[in-house]
Amino acid sequence: MQAQAPILQAKNLVKRYGRVTAIDHCDFELYPGEILAVIGDNGAGKSSLIKALSGAITPDEGEVYLDDQRVKFSSPLDAREQGIETVYQQLAMSPALSIADNMFMGREIRKPGIMGKWFRQLDRPAMERLAREKLSELGLMTIQNIRQAIETLSGGQRQGVAVARAAAFGSKVIILDEPTAALGVKESRRVLDLILEVRSRGIPIVLISHNMPHVFEVADRIHIHRLGKRLCVIRPEDCTMNDAVALMTGAKDPSQLAEAS
Amino acid sequence: MAKPEVTRQESNAARIDASEAVAEFQPHRTGLAYRLQHALHMNPALVPMIVLLLSILLFGALLGSKFFSPFALTLILQQVQIVGIVAAAQSLIILTAGIDLSVGAIMVISSVVMGQFTFRYGIPAPVSILAGLMCGMFCGWVSGMLVSKVKLPPFIVTLGMWQIVLAANFLYSANETIRAQDIETHAPLLQLFGEKFNIGGAVFTVGVVFMVALVLVLTYALRHTAWGRHVYAVGDDKEAAALSGVKTDRVIISVYMLSGLICAFAGWALIGRIGSVSPTAGQLTNIESITAVVIGGISLFGGRGSILGSLFGALIVGVFTLGLRLLGADAQWTYLLIGVLIIGAVAVDQWIRKVSV
Amino acid sequence: MPITMPTTKTRMAALVAATALASMSVAGTAMADDDTTSACLITKTETNPFFVKMREGASAKAEELGMELKSFAGRIDGDHKTQVQAIETCIADGADGILLTASDTSAIVSAVQQARDAGILVIALDTPLDPIDAADATFATDNFKAGELIGTWAASRLGDDADDARIGLLNVNVSQPAVGVLRNQGFLQGFGIDLGDPKKWGDETDPRIVGQDTSDGNEEGGREGMENLLVEDPMIDVVYTINEPAAAGAYQALKAMGRENEVMIVSVDGSCSGVANVRDGVIGATAQQYPLRMASLGIEAIKTWADEGIKPEPTPGKDFFDTGVSLVTDQPVDDVDSISSAEGMERCWG
Repeated sequence: MQAQAPILQAKNLVKRYGRVTAIDHCDFELYPGEILAVIGDNGAGKSSLIKALSGAITPDEGEVYLDDQRVKFSSPLDAREQGIETVYQQLAMSPALSIADNMFMGREIRKPGIMGKWFRQLDRPAMERLAREKLSELGLMTIQNIRQAIETLSGGQRQGVAVARAAAFGSKVIILDEPTAALGVKESRRVLDLILEVRSRGIPIVLISHNMPHVFEVADRIHIHRLGKRLCVIRPEDCTMNDAVALMTGAKDPSQLAEAS
Repeated sequence: MAKPEVTRQESNAARIDASEAVAEFQPHRTGLAYRLQHALHMNPALVPMIVLLLSILLFGALLGSKFFSPFALTLILQQVQIVGIVAAAQSLIILTAGIDLSVGAIMVISSVVMGQFTFRYGIPAPVSILAGLMCGMFCGWVSGMLVSKVKLPPFIVTLGMWQIVLAANFLYSANETIRAQDIETHAPLLQLFGEKFNIGGAVFTVGVVFMVALVLVLTYALRHTAWGRHVYAVGDDKEAAALSGVKTDRVIISVYMLSGLICAFAGWALIGRIGSVSPTAGQLTNIESITAVVIGGISLFGGRGSILGSLFGALIVGVFTLGLRLLGADAQWTYLLIGVLIIGAVAVDQWIRKVSV
Repeated sequence: MPITMPTTKTRMAALVAATALASMSVAGTAMADDDTTSACLITKTETNPFFVKMREGASAKAEELGMELKSFAGRIDGDHKTQVQAIETCIADGADGILLTASDTSAIVSAVQQARDAGILVIALDTPLDPIDAADATFATDNFKAGELIGTWAASRLGDDADDARIGLLNVNVSQPAVGVLRNQGFLQGFGIDLGDPKKWGDETDPRIVGQDTSDGNEEGGREGMENLLVEDPMIDVVYTINEPAAAGAYQALKAMGRENEVMIVSVDGSCSGVANVRDGVIGATAQQYPLRMASLGIEAIKTWADEGIKPEPTPGKDFFDTGVSLVTDQPVDDVDSISSAEGMERCWG
């Protein structure tokens, strides 16, 4: 059905912890420009799958392809260098540091010339300008004070900065882990808009969420995970939330529905 | 951007709310207390600076020219130089949410290595000094490896290192003091930090200048280099820093090594200060440095505070000690007041953190 | 009495020391046979050169007399618990005698009593217990006399100028331990200053006393204390110091002001580096004490006790056995006997 080749693909992934098989011969595809939601019951193994894709764990078997290239990640940094940005539930930000500092954490820009080369001075104005640009591109403007500490922001604002950071560095894929879990209604709304905004800029997104209304609102396709593997992929316009929940919990069988992909 | 199912009115409302929620960074509370809290949050060295200025003014008013003389004021600088230098090292460690109990021991063993290499083995003083500095850095490297790679708690690692380094110090030196007169005639370079010079009637020593320069250089490094930002990030939330792409182990090891090196410099400065090389010196430096750091407003939980604060912290202790001494108060009052300052400083730290709520 | 640990700061230290490990070193073979006399030496620390000398003296004498010696020490000055444990170990071990320099002179008394009840001869070395008769005998320096020697010397050196002297005193710490009081009061009496209560310092009214400060008995404290005194009066010309490291620190402070040649420093101890400082003119005069002799006399006394059951007697007129003290200076005066620094060097802490 998809005309293009998947940008991120996993084939036959297996991850065992002792006797427990967290990922059981699982496949996965993400196509360019789409929002793919991953849903599943607690313990279905979706976070293990996401960790395998983002480099946090190394699968025992199976292959991962990025842009048709076989990749092997030994750490999240590895995955990030290849263009897979993950926004973790705990957001991975330093509360006491400023928005700009956090956005450039680990990839700071140094001043040109002697100050940068010999005194390793950071180019604060450049970093702040870029941070402001990135935030406004995503409609997160008008931030007055880019030097404000992260901890002075609300939950939604923090999520916004984290997503902006992920989107800012020319990434190929963004993985969002439960981005709305800790947020109120208004803030969730704002973050969902942000997700759509990121997709409109051509970056595909993997969205892990428990929130069915959110998933059905923004996702192009929904990967339903059950018992360590992909049960099926559905399109939100083809079925109801109740169907999805029934599939997730095993109350319904995919054969009872029209296959989505 | 609003979803089609939301009505136009709601959509507008959502937009306004959203702009308030995400884009509005104006303080939602006002008033003096809030603004103060906010200022302190941005500038954690403010409190110790104010306390320092107030205490200088207070003792100046009580004691007059006896205290306000260039002699007395520069004397305070000289008296705090050792603790001030070590507090800089301690600050780095505490910023990474660690603590270093071995700073005093590293300082002393470094000074002993400088002295013994020169006098026992007849090695030229510059080489001995280099060896002493390397010794301090090596001690720091060991702690850093244990904290980062082996993942032992810093308190335990440095508690152990403290004992090990101190025992090694006594075993190696046989508790022999190298006298000031011998150093003066044979290796005056060891006493470099005690050299004094005059600026407009006030006497400064190389050690005092080094302390101030060190704090300024570290302030620059912490604020304006990626390494400095990483030190804060690691102390703030190590997991988050690692996920953001900071090589946390490398940062921690570099901090402990730098801290060891600074302690070794403190050892060199100690020789300048007391003239001799004494293996029993500096027994309480670890606690004194932690005191200065805490009074200076650096959070023991890591990631917050400025190194300038710990210099102020050390100076506050110095001002109180000399001021109360000149007032003729019992020395116990000094300790009592320092205790109050410590608790006060931590309370302020907790209050500042509430700005995030 | 060697004075090293800052007791004013002991509270801080205690915080740290709570986690510090107690140290104990056992020399010699493990168990005492019934036919060999065995002795224990318990010192405050094992790092202070004063106690190192003491241990040297004790083990040399024990070897000479064919006795067995076990040495114990606290980790730091003030480590009372380890000393009590050491006494208990010696009782269990069936020792004949204990030589003890107590960290806590009154708290240790009950443990000492236990040992004495078990028939062990307990001799307090250097530091008298409180009360002094809690031990069978005390072998110590007469610290008052030590202070008096340097006080008399200082007054004689100054001659008529002694009437206009400006005296600064660097004591050990504010808790006024007995040894510190004895040296301080001895010095003042020797200098010709009327004492108030001889059991404490600081109550004298003589205007020649500029001030008293603490030194913690080490170089750092000596320098800081001297600096504080100099803020009070920059023209101080006589400085009493509790011991030689404090004197060396005070000298550095004076040197920083360029006054090192105008000020007379006196001290107590007679350690080898202290005597070298007398030779080099840093210290004008010091009163030398003899820890090695204290210990070797103590070992002899234990031997006598084990063989003949006779306890040592105190020096006539004193409630302890005086192990002697000499004034070391290269500028002798008529009023007081002294030995030269060369002589002092040969006997340093002998």
